[in-house]
Amino acid sequence: MASVGVLALQGDVREHVAVLQRIGSSAVEVRRVADLAGISGLVIPGGESTTMARLLVTGGLREPLTELVEGGLPVLGTCAGLIMMARRILDGRSDQWSLGLLDVDVRRNGFGRQVASFETVVEVAGIGPVAGAFIRAPQIVSFAEGVTVLASHDHGEGPTPVLVRQGHALGCAFHPELTGETRIHELFLSLV
Amino acid sequence: MTTSPDSSTVGSTLVKRGFADMLRGGVIMDVVNADQAKIAEDAGAVAVMALERVPADIRRDGGVARMSDPLLIQEIQATVTIPVMAKARIGHFAEAQVLESLGVDYVDESEVLTPADEEHHIDKWAFTVPFVCGATNLGEALRRIGEGACLIRSKGEAGTGNVVEAVRHLRTINAQMRRVHSADAAELAGLAKDLQAPLPLVREVAETGHLPVPMFCAGGIATPADASLVMQLGAEAVFVGSGIFKSADPVRMAEAIVEATTHFRDPSVVAKVSTGLGAAMRGSETATLEQRLAERGW
Repeated sequence: MASVGVLALQGDVREHVAVLQRIGSSAVEVRRVADLAGISGLVIPGGESTTMARLLVTGGLREPLTELVEGGLPVLGTCAGLIMMARRILDGRSDQWSLGLLDVDVRRNGFGRQVASFETVVEVAGIGPVAGAFIRAPQIVSFAEGVTVLASHDHGEGPTPVLVRQGHALGCAFHPELTGETRIHELFLSLV
Repeated sequence: MTTSPDSSTVGSTLVKRGFADMLRGGVIMDVVNADQAKIAEDAGAVAVMALERVPADIRRDGGVARMSDPLLIQEIQATVTIPVMAKARIGHFAEAQVLESLGVDYVDESEVLTPADEEHHIDKWAFTVPFVCGATNLGEALRRIGEGACLIRSKGEAGTGNVVEAVRHLRTINAQMRRVHSADAAELAGLAKDLQAPLPLVREVAETGHLPVPMFCAGGIATPADASLVMQLGAEAVFVGSGIFKSADPVRMAEAIVEATTHFRDPSVVAKVSTGLGAAMRGSETATLEQRLAERGW
């Protein structure tokens, strides 16, 4: 059975662990370098991307994690997790770093502040309608060749990608883990 | 594939409570200006709480404590990329409306400010912005949730640097939840009456064993070990008010409390970040207080 790590420095860790367990995967919380041993995939949850980026550095996780993902470890990121995976971050801190797994430009809080947060149904290629919660959600404003767009959402200013894949990396602007949805995680497990 | 804009629901209970879930495991820091907000963000805070005076100064200066000047909130919003919360007085729905119009990410209907209504809390269902409220026991927490609060923080005693009241409130809420969780169905109406809490919410706690919204801790946290203590007692994140900017070295204290909150189960990390940290805020013995802020609200 695949053992998937969930980065547990901060954020909605419990919800991701619950979804993984519901679809028959074991899940381990990753806080320290030792927790990376033996995982076959990694979920980066929702939360605050600047906080996670800092705690990855102070906890000594940045280098070993970068090595693992560059070696092909499958990664699923939702919301803050997507930001952590994007090659370029707009409206972030000037010193904000990322794992650079997805060749996309992502704008933090691109859909607005909390008062603009929303729920909607997103049509995902190969899956169908998926309920998604967009909470201070990041927006993918552009992407390069090699990135496959699996779903887009038009929030009134034209469609932008909200679920993308590049190789073993799956980035999601919304939170499928909050709406009782399991199929995005099932798709991720098929990459593990 | 594209979804059209008309199928979206803004400000649903799910996205309000869900936003609180995103803050779990983090530290929310009180800040009184943009410089402090920057320090908080640099240290890894998940959000800042914008206010004019930290609770220790409100306690010292006296007078009526109100919502912050919108200019201060806007300066802080322009300085940091993390969420910005702000406080409204208990029952002062017009202050909350102002904060919502400013695009504040969470409103704290707070006993730290001087209450504006001695009978009614704000009808929080009427807002798109989510609310956090304080509680000293399970009944109070469920009444606030019944009014629409999407996040509960144990009150503690703000501005004291003394964690004893935070511990009392967390332990009280936890003990009452255990009691409700182990009750049989026939006992729940009586428990709801004793707790003065809505029966449907009491039933929900009986079923799940926890609150329907996240529970954070506030009021008196002054050291990394305090943060570890309240997290081990079941808090899911911590609010630190005076504890950071009233300490000898706010930058290091902020960083240390962030790390201790993430690694609260690992005493070696808490030890490492506590080492040579300098003085925590001086603090006060709660028995000698003239004004207990936790008694505001009901």
